[in-house]
Amino acid sequence: MNIIVLIKQVPDTTDVKLDPKTGSLIREGVESIINPDDRHALEAAISLKKAEGGKVTVLSMGPPQTIDALSEAIGMGANEAILLSDSAFAGADTWATSFTLGKSIEKIGRYDLIFCGRQAIDGDTAQIGPQVADYLHVPQVTYVFEIEKILKKTIIVKRRLEDGYERVQCNLPALLTVIGELNVPRYPMVGKLIDACKEKSPIKIWNASDIGVQANDVGLEGSFTQVIKTFAPKFKRQGEMLEGDARKVAGTLVEKLKENKLI
Amino acid sequence: MNFDLIEEHKMIRDMAKGFADEVIAPSAEEMERTGQYPYDIMNKMAELGMMGIPFPEKYGGSGGDWVGTHICIEEISRGDITLGALLDVTTSVTGQEIDVFGTEEQKKEWLVPIAQGTKIGAFALTEPDSGSDAGALRTRAVLEGDEWVLNGTKQFVTNIGLDNASIALIAAISGKGQRGNIISTFIVPKDAPGFQLGKGYEKMAWHGSATHEIILENCRIPKKNLLGDPSRGFAQHLAVLETGRISIAAVSVGVAQACLDEALHYARERTQFGRPIFDFQAIQFKLADMAVSIELARNQYLKAAWLKDQKRKHTFEATVAKLFASEMVEKVASDAVQIHGGYGYMDEYPVSRYYKGAKLLQIVEGTSEVQRMIIGRVLAGGM
Repeated sequence: MNIIVLIKQVPDTTDVKLDPKTGSLIREGVESIINPDDRHALEAAISLKKAEGGKVTVLSMGPPQTIDALSEAIGMGANEAILLSDSAFAGADTWATSFTLGKSIEKIGRYDLIFCGRQAIDGDTAQIGPQVADYLHVPQVTYVFEIEKILKKTIIVKRRLEDGYERVQCNLPALLTVIGELNVPRYPMVGKLIDACKEKSPIKIWNASDIGVQANDVGLEGSFTQVIKTFAPKFKRQGEMLEGDARKVAGTLVEKLKENKLI
Repeated sequence: MNFDLIEEHKMIRDMAKGFADEVIAPSAEEMERTGQYPYDIMNKMAELGMMGIPFPEKYGGSGGDWVGTHICIEEISRGDITLGALLDVTTSVTGQEIDVFGTEEQKKEWLVPIAQGTKIGAFALTEPDSGSDAGALRTRAVLEGDEWVLNGTKQFVTNIGLDNASIALIAAISGKGQRGNIISTFIVPKDAPGFQLGKGYEKMAWHGSATHEIILENCRIPKKNLLGDPSRGFAQHLAVLETGRISIAAVSVGVAQACLDEALHYARERTQFGRPIFDFQAIQFKLADMAVSIELARNQYLKAAWLKDQKRKHTFEATVAKLFASEMVEKVASDAVQIHGGYGYMDEYPVSRYYKGAKLLQIVEGTSEVQRMIIGRVLAGGM
């Protein structure tokens, strides 16, 4: 079974801080990690490989430091990794990113399954998985929390819904986006981490010409959407001091709460 | 000059950090309270390759270096002091002595399982009447045909009480030379005839550490279990203990970091006189001093480990690291308890455990006094 996993390197924080002047993300002092949902995708792929045999290839688009995330994926047990890195890829929206990933997957060639995390903690779009599946014309199942069975040409999985779940059988090759409930990701092994950091590590770097795309099809130029402005919403606290003795204050408080339909 | 960790070291740190926070720390209080040895955690550490970081892959290791090993020891010790000490003894000391001085056959038989972590190694030098004066040991080994016969008692042997402890490296007098007793080192399997595991000690802390006495009564081992040069057994022991000192420095830094993390968290949460106690200079200065000494101790153990990786002399640097870090952690742990006030003395707060544990770091792998003696000898130009 040939499995491809798409991962993203993200800042290690759920509490993203923006520079109030420039509106851009403050990265200083923030460590980068593999996006949490993507870690579950990696675990799913690696445990499936251990059970069924085959190979896991990890793919990520990002700046050169993304290689750390790929080394960690190799440490967890992936066989090889590909970093898509080129200044032409910079500034891509989810469509341009999906196109670039799709082109790369075509270059990789034969595959049975593609795993993605549900969404990244920095962008929260949840669009990459579905768009890549669409580009490749393969079926997709999102929000997967259980892989029930793998048959010769199909797979049976469960996907989480707000009020229950769906049991879905779909043809292979397919793309699955997974959620944290699916598994507990393993830790990388020291020996494999060390190997991943060596010169002969199984990590390749591909640029725009490697995957046969023009600069105007990818990155900012190839994007349908553009971010005009990012900003942190301002929170204003509306406090009101109640005056008087305890009895009076309690009475006013109850009235105010009723007024605002809070009780 | 470059103070950045390389990618390999950062990766090991991040992995060990996550493991310490998610797997070890939640069990540390129970380990200390019940004295149950954490076999499940040790097995996971073994599977991840933590027991054999510095050893070649062909002997079951990860093919890493001593900087990486010690970064791992620091992070693991932040989770639990006894697991950091376990790594010191099985990897830095026992495993290394077999790796450096062992024959191909000895490495295949004894190093491979230790590096893989399926078996745990122990190291026995101290005796009831021979502590800091390690050369005054009395255990004797006599060659009878194809076997060495050992008699004597070894004390405070860390790890040997574990079910999966395989061997102890035992220093014993094997003859008499021109300059006194000849001391050799032997690989003594725990299941050798005449090997008796003595009682476990009742300790002030470190309850997760399987420290026992060993009694050798006509203990018979094959002739081939002699390790290294028969006339240099003591020197071999001292050579690997130099690495043990770097390891105890890393353990100290890990424990001190845990103390600072807890104290900082508490100082921000605890309100007195209408504000968090962190806002009081008396508390802030304590925290600042803790951070300063941890930073310096960390830099020093990394420097000593780096020198070792460069295959350069590091007696002075390793000894400075051990002395400074172990003295530092006792003070830092004491201050962490102080910042917690009365709560800090209660077992429900981890700082009381850290404080009790820190004391031993000034004693193991050579007391602070012995470290000063070694530094003194270096200053006198004798080392």
